[in-house]
Amino acid sequence: MSVVQMRLNLTTIFINGRIRAGDHPSSEPLTVKEIWMSEALNRRGFLGLAGGLGLAALTGCGSDGTSNAAAQPKAGGRLRAVFAGGGAKEVLDPHVQSLFVDIARHKAMYEKLVELGPDLKPLPRLAEKWEPDAQAATWRFTLRDATFHDGRKLTSEDVLYSLARIADPAVPERVAQSSLASLDLRRCKAIDPRTVELVLAAPNAEFPALLAGIGTHIVRDGFKDPTKPVGTGAFKFVSFEAGRSMVANRYDEYWDGAAKLEELQILSADTEARANALQGGQAEYANEMTATFARTAEAGKTVKIVAAKGATTQAFVMKVDQAPFDNPDVRMAFKLLADRQRLVDVVLAGRGTVGNDLFGKGFQYYPGDLPQRERNVEEAKALLKKAGLLNKEVEIFTSDSTAGFVEAATLFAEQVGEAGVKLKVTTGSAQTYAKDLLTKGAIGSHRSGAMPIPQYITDRLLSKSPFNVTHWRQPAFDAAFASAQVQTDEAARATKYGELQKTLRDQGGILAWGHPDFMVGVTAKVQGVQAVPPNTLDSARFDKVWLA
Amino acid sequence: MRSYAGQRAALAIVQLAVLSILVFVLTALLPGDAADMRFTETLTPEQIAQLRAQLGLDQPALERFTHWFGNVLTGDLGTSLISGGPVRDIVKASVGATLVLTLATLAVVVPLAVALGILMGARENGRLDRTITSVTLALSAIPDFVIAVVLVALFSLKLGWLPATWVGGSLLANPVLLVLPVAVLLGRTVCLLSRQVRAGTINALHADYVVQARRLGVPRRRLLLRHVLPNAAVPGVQELARTGDTLLGGVLVVEAIFAIPGFATALVDGVETRDVPVVQGLTLVLAVAALLINLGADLVCNRLVPRTELLR
Repeated sequence: MSVVQMRLNLTTIFINGRIRAGDHPSSEPLTVKEIWMSEALNRRGFLGLAGGLGLAALTGCGSDGTSNAAAQPKAGGRLRAVFAGGGAKEVLDPHVQSLFVDIARHKAMYEKLVELGPDLKPLPRLAEKWEPDAQAATWRFTLRDATFHDGRKLTSEDVLYSLARIADPAVPERVAQSSLASLDLRRCKAIDPRTVELVLAAPNAEFPALLAGIGTHIVRDGFKDPTKPVGTGAFKFVSFEAGRSMVANRYDEYWDGAAKLEELQILSADTEARANALQGGQAEYANEMTATFARTAEAGKTVKIVAAKGATTQAFVMKVDQAPFDNPDVRMAFKLLADRQRLVDVVLAGRGTVGNDLFGKGFQYYPGDLPQRERNVEEAKALLKKAGLLNKEVEIFTSDSTAGFVEAATLFAEQVGEAGVKLKVTTGSAQTYAKDLLTKGAIGSHRSGAMPIPQYITDRLLSKSPFNVTHWRQPAFDAAFASAQVQTDEAARATKYGELQKTLRDQGGILAWGHPDFMVGVTAKVQGVQAVPPNTLDSARFDKVWLA
Repeated sequence: MRSYAGQRAALAIVQLAVLSILVFVLTALLPGDAADMRFTETLTPEQIAQLRAQLGLDQPALERFTHWFGNVLTGDLGTSLISGGPVRDIVKASVGATLVLTLATLAVVVPLAVALGILMGARENGRLDRTITSVTLALSAIPDFVIAVVLVALFSLKLGWLPATWVGGSLLANPVLLVLPVAVLLGRTVCLLSRQVRAGTINALHADYVVQARRLGVPRRRLLLRHVLPNAAVPGVQELARTGDTLLGGVLVVEAIFAIPGFATALVDGVETRDVPVVQGLTLVLAVAALLINLGADLVCNRLVPRTELLR
């Protein structure tokens, strides 16, 4: 499919004929090869790890649906939002979600206790507040006065039932099972109908963020049949057809103020069809748009682009236990060889920001005070010479599973070549790439999206992390992270996380070269769409959207 | 005739069995299985392993195949590894759009190709022949995704006359949805089909019996329709069977551009997610359809021009 998509995309470029060096902020004109490289797309947005930088978004960049400040929110109308489809994989069960389209559908109908703000910091939702004990092991959550679509009030029992449903070992697809594994369900209890006490087997000051993760929605006590959704969200379920559409209507008793829209349709379509549907008036909102489309849209008047600046992360990951990257000098040399601005200009067509070898630029706990790493070929050469790697060949493992992977690897190979190391690009299977990367390739392509920084570290950078693509396994690092996690004072925690991230930036195996923008296209009459990273409260949130 | 149909049916069963084995083996050769495809960095390797056991993917391949094959013999196409629903539902959900698209395309392309073919054949190497040939050849030479993009850009985005995609649309409520996809498929199919009719017409026109009929003064119109067309149609009908096959298999590019939830999309999704029962089910249905179409074409040809050698 990706081949077809690529062909389609190239056609669009051909037809639009808009590619000029001037489209890119880079001072040097792009070569033809680079122009082709700068266009890539992926068919499906796999959940969540496509995330983003909230702060830049908040400080106002890109066009934002709310720019028309004079307009008063208007009630009524139907909004059709198109997302990358997943065919038969699309589900109604909110605890099994993994695709953006599913996440958006479930968000319309269900809610979580906690959500994430634009900087990935936990925000109260169905829980209006929470209080940990001194060890951060026992947490009391006070529930909001919310009502399910069937008229019943939200109670502590619903929370306990939902958490037990997620943890059900008979259904391994319940995604939050591993992130909520530290929950000791037998000791969790309802204090009263509006207060629930959750107990952790291992203390964790970041627990609220875990309750904001993917697949952590609150369903009704006794909820059995996912095909009949009953939530507390702003929209009530009408119909669903996997791979095509979900229709929902406004829920008038929504606790956070009834939505403006009368009807919400969340539809599935591939990249090219999303672009055409939006421009052809068959949809008002299109998720995950490409740089090519953004360029076309910005030239016209009918469609606006809402861009969360630098919302995702792209990186090369080096396995720190495999030659030649078991040598810290080689890791540093590669970091010094990356021409980050060039990579952003070419691979992301300028729609992104440069990275500083760390995940989550702009998120809560991100050490923004660390100096930006700059290119230094001479220093890199010296390090490579010391390591005896000059004129040797290294293989970089990539795939077209994500937009820009192969292009970035190819361009990086040229940049590394300038220091006398040959980087050979090997392309693997797109569908199994995420899994293959865990074991294959001393260096490979990596992407990640919006999630809180502590969660990223938990998932990828501890000895027991399930997705540790750099094989960064350091007992001292694990211990320091564990001690930070139990620190209930946020500032103290931030200091410790900052130190850990400095270590990662200088010694770790992640070469984070860029943070791609996350782009959404809307028609001119759509108002109230926020430029925020995916997986945050305001992303794909339609109860605050209205049609002018 | 009956023994011929019997032979064809027996052959068909062997073909279907071989095809099933082939599809199963080829899908098994792809890297990863349906459980791996859930590895989107949300499910841990432990969860994936558990899922694999639940889906029965840890069983030996031979066992999985015989289990599937046994079910098919009882008319059960099995369960999707991805959605957990019956494969039959996935086939049903995807076949409708493709079938409508195929029939609509054929309804336009058959009369058009026959008319063009006869026109060209009757005026062999004349100006009209060369003009039609150039246009249809050009249409078939342009890749269909280019035609599609141009048509969408012009008629949907620029002029706003026709819907750009099937997103959120329903065929029943809005049959106009068919226009652009059919136009693209037309460009793709009309050339070969009309060339075959043209070749058949020319052959027939040069045949001794036609020359004789002309000598006898049979009116030109009657000659063309009554004597030339049935013979000229034979290569056309066989080409038509091939066209029907292709269209029924779904045309991936067209489905992708117009967001048509058809057969090709379902098949590609199935392969991409290593949903073996779905891939098996869809190919089986497709193969049966192809066999029936080709059998039908042979029988029609025999009807048009009874030739015993065709049936031997």
